[in-house]
Amino acid sequence: MSPDGRGSAWTTDRLAVGVFAIVFVVALPIANIAGLVSDYYLNLFGKYLALAILALGMDLLWGYAGILSLGQAIFFGIGAYAIRMFMMLEGGGKGVYGEPVPDFMIWNQVYQLPWFWKPFRYLPVAVAGAVLLPALLAVLIGLLTFRRKLRGTYFAILTQAIAFAVWLTINRNEMKLGGTNGLTDFKSVLGFSLSGPATQRALYVVTAAVLMIAFALSRRLVRSKTGLVLQAIRDNERRLEFLGYNTASFKIFVFGVAGGLAGLAGLLYAPQVGIITPSQVGVLPSLEIVIWVAFGGRGTLWGALLGAISINWLRSVLTGTYPKLWPIILGGLFVTVVLLFPDGLMGAAARLRRIAAEWRQRASGVVAAVEERPV
Amino acid sequence: MLGAASAAPGAQPDLDKLANELATPATQKQALDTLAELDDSAVEVLLRAIKDGALYRLGTRLVTLGDDGGLKTVNDKPVLDDKGQPASLPDGSAPIPLGEEFFGVVQRILERFEIFSKDPSTRRATAIKLGNSKDAAVVPILTRARDQERDPAVKAVIAEQLAKLQLISPDPVVRAAAVRQFGKAKSETALAQLRTMLTEEKDPAVQRAVREAIESIESHVELRNMVGYAFNGVSLGAVLLIMSLGLAVTFGLMGIINMAHGEMLMVGSYTAYVIQELFSQHFAARQDYYFVVALPLSFLVTGLVGFLLEASVIRFLYGRPLETLIVTWGIGMIFQQAARLYFGDQTSVNSPTWFRGGIEAMPGLILPWSRIFIVVLALVVLGVLWWLLQRTYVGLRVRAVMQNRGMASCVGVSTRRVDAMTFALGTGLAGVAGCALALIGTVDPEVGKTYIVDAFMVVVLGGVGKLVGTVVASFGIGISNKLLEPSIGGTAAAVYAKVAILVAVILFLQWRPTGLVRQRGRAAAEAAG
Amino acid sequence: MSAAETLLYVEGLTVSFDGFRALDSLNVILDRTERIRILIGPNGAGKTTLFDVLTGSVTPIAGRVLFQDTINMLGQSEHAIANLGVIRKFQTPSVFPGHTVFENMVLAGGQKRFGATLRTRGRSVDRDRIHGVLAQVGLLDLTGAPAGTLSHGQKQWLEIAMLLVEDPMLLLLDEPVAGMTRPERDRTAALLESIVDRTTCSIVLIEHDMQFVRQIARRGHKVTVMHEGSVLSEGPLDRVQSDPRVLEAYLGRSRVPADT
Repeated sequence: MSPDGRGSAWTTDRLAVGVFAIVFVVALPIANIAGLVSDYYLNLFGKYLALAILALGMDLLWGYAGILSLGQAIFFGIGAYAIRMFMMLEGGGKGVYGEPVPDFMIWNQVYQLPWFWKPFRYLPVAVAGAVLLPALLAVLIGLLTFRRKLRGTYFAILTQAIAFAVWLTINRNEMKLGGTNGLTDFKSVLGFSLSGPATQRALYVVTAAVLMIAFALSRRLVRSKTGLVLQAIRDNERRLEFLGYNTASFKIFVFGVAGGLAGLAGLLYAPQVGIITPSQVGVLPSLEIVIWVAFGGRGTLWGALLGAISINWLRSVLTGTYPKLWPIILGGLFVTVVLLFPDGLMGAAARLRRIAAEWRQRASGVVAAVEERPV
Repeated sequence: MLGAASAAPGAQPDLDKLANELATPATQKQALDTLAELDDSAVEVLLRAIKDGALYRLGTRLVTLGDDGGLKTVNDKPVLDDKGQPASLPDGSAPIPLGEEFFGVVQRILERFEIFSKDPSTRRATAIKLGNSKDAAVVPILTRARDQERDPAVKAVIAEQLAKLQLISPDPVVRAAAVRQFGKAKSETALAQLRTMLTEEKDPAVQRAVREAIESIESHVELRNMVGYAFNGVSLGAVLLIMSLGLAVTFGLMGIINMAHGEMLMVGSYTAYVIQELFSQHFAARQDYYFVVALPLSFLVTGLVGFLLEASVIRFLYGRPLETLIVTWGIGMIFQQAARLYFGDQTSVNSPTWFRGGIEAMPGLILPWSRIFIVVLALVVLGVLWWLLQRTYVGLRVRAVMQNRGMASCVGVSTRRVDAMTFALGTGLAGVAGCALALIGTVDPEVGKTYIVDAFMVVVLGGVGKLVGTVVASFGIGISNKLLEPSIGGTAAAVYAKVAILVAVILFLQWRPTGLVRQRGRAAAEAAG
Repeated sequence: MSAAETLLYVEGLTVSFDGFRALDSLNVILDRTERIRILIGPNGAGKTTLFDVLTGSVTPIAGRVLFQDTINMLGQSEHAIANLGVIRKFQTPSVFPGHTVFENMVLAGGQKRFGATLRTRGRSVDRDRIHGVLAQVGLLDLTGAPAGTLSHGQKQWLEIAMLLVEDPMLLLLDEPVAGMTRPERDRTAALLESIVDRTTCSIVLIEHDMQFVRQIARRGHKVTVMHEGSVLSEGPLDRVQSDPRVLEAYLGRSRVPADT
């Protein structure tokens, strides 16, 4: 939607996207090859960008449509576990015992591959599964809940319960997913050694590129009438129903998209990280995703990226420098940012821009009719 | 040794003769056999002496050397010399040796005498050991023990073990009588033996008696197990209730999503810990009374924390539930880490000794005092909360503000103060919960995260804003959870039961999103959005 | 009268909330030529409940509701009824405050089905129509303003504009002038009349403001007085106003005093 007066915002946005693309997709990897940026940092950023995809989905779901889901980490986990299973099976034969069955199963005296592992021997299945399975699950949950007019806090607590239940189940060894230890010890993907810098770089570039594409598509969505409807759902869903909209289908759609994006994020994140455990799936990680988006500024798409990258980067830095104090610092940050900048970092930036504009107008002697943004 | 004719009970054994036989290597075994069948306490003294190498021959007599250096006869009388003075052993005296091969036998015989130990649990354990020995030789000693026993619970155990030995009596009538007695007493410990009897028993009358007895015992055991699960369920429900009451106030009444509620619980637990440490250092004599101080103090401390939180941060976030979620999450992180840094990762609180053990509601079923206390505490807290909200002026103001803030302030109620007090009340309740939980678990920084999901679940299931709903939901979930576990079975039963309950709650909320307790009229429709 | 030739046919409608009869065998018939029907009555008479039934928010325990002779309105979801052409405006203005007036209008009209909205981008919105309706309600110069910044009266008009943009067949207005100033009220009355003149839409409105009712009813529109869930009196305004049953219900008097 570009109703009158938004033209300039459009082009700055496009510019920002361009800059982002150049910096992250092109410049950084080149700097890495040139030795200016260490492999370690590139890998870190690869992880952050994958998490940014996760946050993007969350922003669409919560920032735009106002649906608070406290279980996004499940979808992320499905994606991560899917690609991990593929990697484990692929590496099988190169494992400790040289069998086609993953080592951890052998330790648990399971000598035959469980049925649900089998399809993940094939890369297309793993990739498609990583994205489609969570999306379908989300759609299913949406069908069961949104049609029944389950909303707001109730939906949030429901997703929290689901996340908790899933986490409890995955932790059990009987589920043959590695129990509390998760899936670990990966040596290669698609024949490329994981420890090689070239592989890491390739993974990074893929992640950055996928993020850009996802971002562009999200923006398209948000600018379409569907995006408008989603935001209207956030503001006053009942009203929309009385205007003739079947809001349930919109909500199911956006939930499915968020789920799929989360799975995609997991798919890209897992190969860049040494281990996937149930602790990354569950209530607490789900809450963190919400915090990234809120911190960055929800409903802006950029806020999701900003929040995900900045908080995770902060956490890496803080855990290193203040191993004992970092939760306190991070927690304090949450408190202050939310209190001072309720619209997150993006909101703070917008406010600064407005103040700057006011100054400029006052300086040029024109009395500005200040538009008060309704709360 | 089955049914060997034992010395007639009550007949005074000729100890001197026996002692001499014992002292002579050739007749040692024979002496031991005879001694094994006696129940006289002098036997114990004698055997202990020879085992410890304290049996000496002094002249023609056998004497035992006590720890004090004094000599006593086998009849436990002091040994005097010709002049009437306490005699002493000549230097170089060697103790009477006990053949190595007999050590085991002597040990076993001595163990039987444990049945007269001062500690009732030792007596009980010995009785059970003897009963399981299937050695008829122990019957006399057991019989004497039973007759001497004053503690009714231990007496019952001894009688039961005696009956168990009677089960192997050659006389079918005796056996049948013993079987019937077991059936009547619903004795679970005899079950295994009865079951083997069923396969081995030839006498049909006794067989029938055994079958009946087994049935009777099994049905009792099942009933007892059910009662046990139900009690566990009630106890779990009480824990959930205590945890969730605070949340029901802050989330249910005020609409604040306080993700730090779990950490408030943690503060309560740590208060209990600190008080306990204090008491053990300064009031070691009144160690247990720490709890009496800890309970109200955890309420006050956590309430104060809540009050400060509300005044400094939460008050700016009313009406913005999602911001509150994030801010309280951050606060929770701070509290958790602070606790971890200061207290370390695991500390524990000892229950006051009053809470050790429990009452035996049914034979074999012990309901721990600590859990009973928690149930009582939960109900008391609930009662006080209800009374506070419904019957006091303070409560009236709280309800007024929560229902219609504008109107309440128009009639002169200080909404600021009410908000602060209500939030403090909610967190204070969490503190009490934490203190109580310290009794049954460890005190660690993670305790908050462990329970927060459950607490929210309970409040939402019960119906946000309805205290009654919270009560129903807590006990409903608690009891269903514990009753479900045995049906699932296996080591993971607890986890799977929890998952099943979660799924059930999820499905229930689908059907009825406003929770268990029905809300009426327009308000319900509005609340459902 | 039979169900034929009617726009709205309500027969024997009964709604019960836990035993309390909000509507009790209510009969209301709107024939196709009737352009405005005014519903009045004391609080609790069931007027809003009737609207609730008509829009699918409340399920009656008895009765028939037919739209355009044959379409059964009971058992349909809110958005389905809206798509039939029966649009409701609530007492309190519920525009989308975070969106501009223009965006509100976009939401109000055009594609509503999910698949179609995905394909709708900025350009394919019917700008002219939106501007036209905004002109009709007098909000054309506020097109780019966030709806949250409008005055109360302006919000009400925006809502009416949002209702009009979809060419509804039946408009249900719940207290459209509540909270309005006198000039705003006059303007609203004129607006309703212009709707009647320029479109084929029919309007049922609930109101308490008797001066406004008199303004509207001047053109001979029928007034229905509801009381305790059913119709107490029906007809032109002056006839209804002097009906002793109505006086009793409103004022508690059992006789018409000599000089009214």
